[in-house]
Amino acid sequence: MTDQIVPEGVDVNSIEGAISYLKEKYPDAVSDDTREGYGGVIVDPRHLVDVALTVRDELGFDYLSSATAVDYMGIGEPDSDMEMVYHAYRISGGSALVLKAQTPRDNPEIPSLVDVWPGADFQEREAYDLMGIRFPGHPNLKRILLWEGFDGYPLRKDWKEAYYEEDHKPFSSRWPGGHVFRAEERNPYGKNVRYPADLDLSRLSDVSEESIYSGLGLGVDVQELDHSIHTDRLVVNMGPHHPSTHGVFRMVITLDGETIETLEPVMGYLHRNHEKIGERNTYLHNMPFTDRLDYISSMGNNLGYALAVEQLLSLGARYNPPTYRAEVIRVLMAELTRIVNHLWSIGFLLNDLGAFFTPMLYANNEREKILDFFEATAGSRLMCNYMRFGGVFKDIPERLHSVANLINDRVRDFDTMEFLTDIINERLPRFLDEYERYLNDNEIVQTRCIGVGVLPPEMAVAYSAAGPLLRASGVPYDVRRADPYSIYPELDFDIPIGVNGDIYDRFMVRMLEMRESLRILRQILPRLEATKGEAILAGNPVHTPRVPLGESYGRVENPKGELGFYVVSAGEGKGTQNPWRYHVRAPSFINLTALGEMSRGHKVADVVTVLGSIDIVLGETDR
Amino acid sequence: MYGRGILKGLGVTLKHFFDTYIDDLRYGMRKYTTQDNFNTRQGPKAQGAFTVQYPDEKLAVPERFRFVPFLVVEDHDHPDRPGHDWCTSCGICAKVCPPQCIWIVRGEDPNTGRPIPEPEAFYIDIDICMNCGYCAEFCPFDAIKMDHDYEMASYDRTSSHIHDKQRLSKEFKYWRSIAPTTAYEEMQARGGWEHTDVLKERKKAERAAAKNGGAKGAAAKGSAGKKDADKKESRSETDAEAAKAERMAKREAALARKREREAAEKKDKGEG
Repeated sequence: MTDQIVPEGVDVNSIEGAISYLKEKYPDAVSDDTREGYGGVIVDPRHLVDVALTVRDELGFDYLSSATAVDYMGIGEPDSDMEMVYHAYRISGGSALVLKAQTPRDNPEIPSLVDVWPGADFQEREAYDLMGIRFPGHPNLKRILLWEGFDGYPLRKDWKEAYYEEDHKPFSSRWPGGHVFRAEERNPYGKNVRYPADLDLSRLSDVSEESIYSGLGLGVDVQELDHSIHTDRLVVNMGPHHPSTHGVFRMVITLDGETIETLEPVMGYLHRNHEKIGERNTYLHNMPFTDRLDYISSMGNNLGYALAVEQLLSLGARYNPPTYRAEVIRVLMAELTRIVNHLWSIGFLLNDLGAFFTPMLYANNEREKILDFFEATAGSRLMCNYMRFGGVFKDIPERLHSVANLINDRVRDFDTMEFLTDIINERLPRFLDEYERYLNDNEIVQTRCIGVGVLPPEMAVAYSAAGPLLRASGVPYDVRRADPYSIYPELDFDIPIGVNGDIYDRFMVRMLEMRESLRILRQILPRLEATKGEAILAGNPVHTPRVPLGESYGRVENPKGELGFYVVSAGEGKGTQNPWRYHVRAPSFINLTALGEMSRGHKVADVVTVLGSIDIVLGETDR
Repeated sequence: MYGRGILKGLGVTLKHFFDTYIDDLRYGMRKYTTQDNFNTRQGPKAQGAFTVQYPDEKLAVPERFRFVPFLVVEDHDHPDRPGHDWCTSCGICAKVCPPQCIWIVRGEDPNTGRPIPEPEAFYIDIDICMNCGYCAEFCPFDAIKMDHDYEMASYDRTSSHIHDKQRLSKEFKYWRSIAPTTAYEEMQARGGWEHTDVLKERKKAERAAAKNGGAKGAAAKGSAGKKDADKKESRSETDAEAAKAERMAKREAALARKREREAAEKKDKGEG
């Protein structure tokens, strides 16, 4: 489906071939990115749309994974120190073609690529919101995570947050003269928020929120339909506090009668500028912060971030790749996390359908067992913070053993391998069989799910959908196979896909994925036995590694979709202690791009299930 | 037949309903008494739902469980140095802390102004602590550990949520009781149950004693050790046990000073 106009003599299937093809076709607009540790090409913004079309249509990079901005204030060329970075992939697999477009910092402007890859929609809005880059051609360019009227662009290097202390951690006030203070005492309420000079503060008490409603048709109109039925056309706000949104998420819906005409997601209620925090932090500091993104599957987040930083570390001279046992344990954790997440999301999907909490509790009962294992191994049930650069925190314990400490403590004690074997070989397969008997043929589930919220495959790819959402539409794209990492190449498993791309298919894909995860885990168990006692960390534990200059994009197939970390180490000559740029390609966030399209023409009650079937977590969506 | 799927599903619900009671009958009142029973019913082989009646009963947490850190101090009945801090105020925990919630005032000798290996003050803001466990993981002296006590809710966050050294300090035997396996592994890595500095000190003294039985000790050590510490050493060798504790404390101080300098040098190098 990809290479229609393949020129003679150029192997465009390789990334190098694709790059040389681009350079040949656009000799003036495309040049190699020659900075140390960087890859890909730099494209002249004036020709960006043409180049992107060539990349998509002629070279076949039809899937835009990530689009993000970097501010090279002080270290880039003054007239081109803002940069947009695009990672485009082929849906058939392989590595990325990285495009970059540079623009001056004082007047940043880069043409929008929404027409080329509609999946760039939210990501360009995010870059506009946090970096202040304008995208001419974007149909709806307004802030997405912050509120209209926010002062400044927080991810720019010269922007300082409310309780700003220093540019980088560790802060010098903590040691050796660490006289404690509270940030809020130094900076009492009212003095820590800045408003733009031209802001009319009375606007803040204005609840009309015109910018959101503009174009949606605020108010109530009466329309005459063909059968002389009067239907009201009205705007409904679902959320931010609504049980179906699984957090603080809001949908502005215009309805014709009960049928949805448009739906616009409004988010950012849980925004904490995760990426700015990440750039203040050292590389290792970020690990526990990644737990807080998708807090249902923290092990997967850890793995993605560890891969990104290891990619950077591997540019240096002294780099130890993770040991084999570390890789085995990482895959064990990642697959258990997938099961944990799918149990959770299926349980809540059923909740959204009205099967109030019974299926949820059955699923959670199983999830608890896995969390017990996480707790005994990593020290925490959700915020695992388990992976380290080059390995993992600690080997899995001999026994899952608890110690009575508080009054009325009840002690448990299991042999770890027996516990895992029981769960993987007996308990979870039995549970999945039972769950299928329980729900698959249920007429209510079928009526509510089949044919609802359909996302056609072309649209799923175009919208950069990822994970079960993409695969349920029939696109067999899974990073574990398309761009393998860790020890996945040596494991035997299939990629389940759906046919119709409706809610029911997403439900089934998740059920099947759990079975495939169990299949992987059954191959992991003998590897765990065989590598017992081997090192779980390459080299010595280092808390502040020197990271060589360069960029890296580490991505993993997280349960919710493709999770990517774009990390840039720039600045100091020999390597850095703090990332210059730390960007999270959050699957929950980007999967929402398709929500409006999927809900159109359905009823309000269906929106709840469509949203449930995407499976979002607001910690990751809002960052 | 329409509705068959629903009936099938309801059958599963019914089975779950009975599973719980069958297990209850099988275990009877022992559910609330014996430990073994609890283990089985919380384990992977259990059937049906089993609820823990918090707070009447609580699930004990595993050894590696981590909650707000505490500082290890020597047991209060320790023969040589009761209540002595294990912390040498080297500052690594404050450095690796992701939310920067650890505050340390390094101890200083009031006469010389040189740092001494004991924190003058140590604060942890537990509202900011994110329970990541890095401080415990990277502490070179096993002096800061993650606690298991998770019931810390209080009515007022402004008055009691910055823990000072006194509030943070717990005896070493407490650490051994909440995490026996981990404590044992750490003991093996250190080479004994005592603090690293004490062990090093003891090893050195033993080596010296084995080498010379007394007379030449001062000279032999003078070539290897630090000069000022050595003068006092040779004098105190003639003394009896009363001087021993003093000597050890001073040696320890000297060693820690050295380490401090090295750490500072390394830091300078690292940043420069």
